[in-house]
Amino acid sequence: MKKSFIFGAIAALGLISTGAFAGTLDDIKSKGFVQCGVSQGLPGFSNQDDSGKWTGLDVELCRAVAVAVFGDTNAVKFSPLSSKQRFTALSSGEIDILSRNTTWTMTRDTQLGLNFAGVNYYDGQGMMVPAGMGVSSGTELDGANICTNTGTTTELNITDYFRFNNMGFNLVAFEKADEVVAAYDAGRCDVYTTDRSGLAAQRLKLSNPDSHVVLPEIISKEPLGPVVRQGDDQWFNIVKWVHNAMVNAEEMGITSANVDSKKGSDNPAVKRLLGTEGSFGDELGISNDWAYNIIKHIGNYGESYERNVGPNTPLKLARGANALWTNGGLMYAPPIR
Amino acid sequence: MNSSGVKLSDEKESLIYNPKIRSIFFQILALVIVFGSLILLRHNTLVNLEDRGKSLGFHFLGETSGFSILPTFGTWVVGYEVGVSTYVDVFIIGILNTLAVGLFGIIAATLLGFTIGIFRLSNNFILRSFAATFVEIFRNIPLLLWLFIVYFAVLRNLPAKREALFFTENIGINITGLYAPAPQPLEGFLYVLIALIVGMVGCIFFIKWSTRRFLITGKKFPGGWLGLILLICLPLAIYYILGQPLNWEDPIFKSDGPVFRRGYQAGMGMMIVPEMIAVWAALSLYTAAFIAEIVRSGILAISYGQTEASFALGLRPGTTLRLVIIPQAMRVIVPPLTSQYLNLLKNSSLAVAIAYPELVSVFGGTALNQVGKEVEMIFMLMLVYLSFSIITSIFMNWFNSKIKLVER
Ligand SMILES: N[C@@H](CCC(=O)N[C@@H](CS)C(=O)NCC(=O)O)C(=O)O
Repeated sequence: MKKSFIFGAIAALGLISTGAFAGTLDDIKSKGFVQCGVSQGLPGFSNQDDSGKWTGLDVELCRAVAVAVFGDTNAVKFSPLSSKQRFTALSSGEIDILSRNTTWTMTRDTQLGLNFAGVNYYDGQGMMVPAGMGVSSGTELDGANICTNTGTTTELNITDYFRFNNMGFNLVAFEKADEVVAAYDAGRCDVYTTDRSGLAAQRLKLSNPDSHVVLPEIISKEPLGPVVRQGDDQWFNIVKWVHNAMVNAEEMGITSANVDSKKGSDNPAVKRLLGTEGSFGDELGISNDWAYNIIKHIGNYGESYERNVGPNTPLKLARGANALWTNGGLMYAPPIR
Repeated sequence: MNSSGVKLSDEKESLIYNPKIRSIFFQILALVIVFGSLILLRHNTLVNLEDRGKSLGFHFLGETSGFSILPTFGTWVVGYEVGVSTYVDVFIIGILNTLAVGLFGIIAATLLGFTIGIFRLSNNFILRSFAATFVEIFRNIPLLLWLFIVYFAVLRNLPAKREALFFTENIGINITGLYAPAPQPLEGFLYVLIALIVGMVGCIFFIKWSTRRFLITGKKFPGGWLGLILLICLPLAIYYILGQPLNWEDPIFKSDGPVFRRGYQAGMGMMIVPEMIAVWAALSLYTAAFIAEIVRSGILAISYGQTEASFALGLRPGTTLRLVIIPQAMRVIVPPLTSQYLNLLKNSSLAVAIAYPELVSVFGGTALNQVGKEVEMIFMLMLVYLSFSIITSIFMNWFNSKIKLVER
């Protein structure tokens, strides 16, 4: 029966039958790869290219984790998950890390037994309508039919927004994004709502992307980031510091192109990052040149951003809130020391 | 029997070889294993949950839910309102929506399945090949694909939201749903319902009485007709005597005003969303193909001698089918039919793919994602499906025993 039910059942079974999950790193080392939960296809974030290779900002975070542990960008396997399945897949031990445009909320952080290892994309929820409707604001949407994904913060935010503004609406919530797009395209809904980054990605799948407009309102905060299970601090730390290393590398101006020359740098902060000084990697239980390998094989955060979602990609997302703090954005990583 | 000495030595070894003691021993062993595993499971669950900072408990059921649900049968019955309704309401809505699509699906699949099954054995080439094609097409393509095919076929062919296809003045359809007047019972409607139940009981009684009389005396008495009159006329009479205690609320269609307000007005009249229509149609068509095969094999299981004997008695083919073949075939048909009904109920949980809020989707999916109580919620889901199965089985077993061959 039904994948979702099965996932729930597996999670329930996982919870009632197995021993504790501590020692994720040891498990991963003995199986030889990281199992990473991603979306079922969100261009720019996690998407399979024509040759079946997974690409995207969220995917590269997983690859960076694999590089940190194994020194190999391909020591990772991907599990495409719907928004509804993702948390049970993580709780049940099906995946080691969830890197799938997932919003950090208090409920998820506490009641769902998860830990968010940082934010790799600061986002907010937006609404898209066919341009022909002639509406220019979210407050004109009274009576609209709205399509979105089930099992998301999106569902909750849109409900709040319409209730707060005293507007009526019908919510049509699908399990998979492809059906949301298809139903919206077929005219089942007047509005498509999800994270703004998601809108930028999904509109590419519409039959006529240019005939739709994203309304100016940003109705929520959606800090998206990688997630792990509670109860394994070592693994939590590894994922957290993989992301921090990529952001710190950008701040220090270290890229995949110049990392080898930076290895000879006298700057103590650079030395600590690249592992020529201190034993930061060893303390995490991985190799000491973990961050060097990440930058060498994947690049820093900015490189990953520009390659996958930046202005020169089909998504055309400006850095905005995701610029480094030194450039007026929110990306800020604690120091490695 | 002959010597007590042998008996005594038997009793000495009896601790191991005595079948009674042995069976008690193994039963106790089984019990210990079962309870031991249960205790172990409980312990593991609690430890694992604690590791994740989670606890067991059903308190979440009383919390209010923050998401809205597509207007369907369940939300209408419960009167779902975001911020007021709780997760219990969500649970009930899920059950009602599953039952709604399951019940209508079972009815449609049965009617269609029997028709197609009989067509498959028809002497008419066109009917026969139509039925065979139907069965092959619907049986061999996965249900999930049928859901998508039917759903998007429905969406693509319906008028847009601000237009509609009107069947009558107050019944119409567009991409947002099928609209019809909604019945609103007023005071006194309860008596009409009671009259309806009395009529039904009377109807059954009359039919039984007249068949018994027919068997004994050979005199025909139109008991069925009398019962039918009772069934229809009694409630109608009460309905008019009480001054028509049922109001029909018409749907309202507007073609002016703000863009999003045009089209059918929310909350007026009865609306059946296209998601429900698609799930119902796909489930019915898919299951009908299997039922058709069951019916065909049931009929084929009856030896051709029965048909010949019936013809020899001068019965026409239709009457032969109705009075001789089907009643016997039913014995073969009913048991596998039961599992098709159960399949249909369980398969309805695929409906999440096309946004129909049935139980697994809305409770095991949306709600589970918000509260994260996997163990408790999956347990509740299992209980519900188990009850569905048990109730269906009990009913079908009862039906089976009714139609069983009476051995004389
Ligand atoms: N950030 C939100 C929404 C995430 C979400 O599910 N987004 C959809 C629409 S952008 C998606 O990922 N679709 C791709 C897929 O289902 O594979 C959350 O964490 O709840």
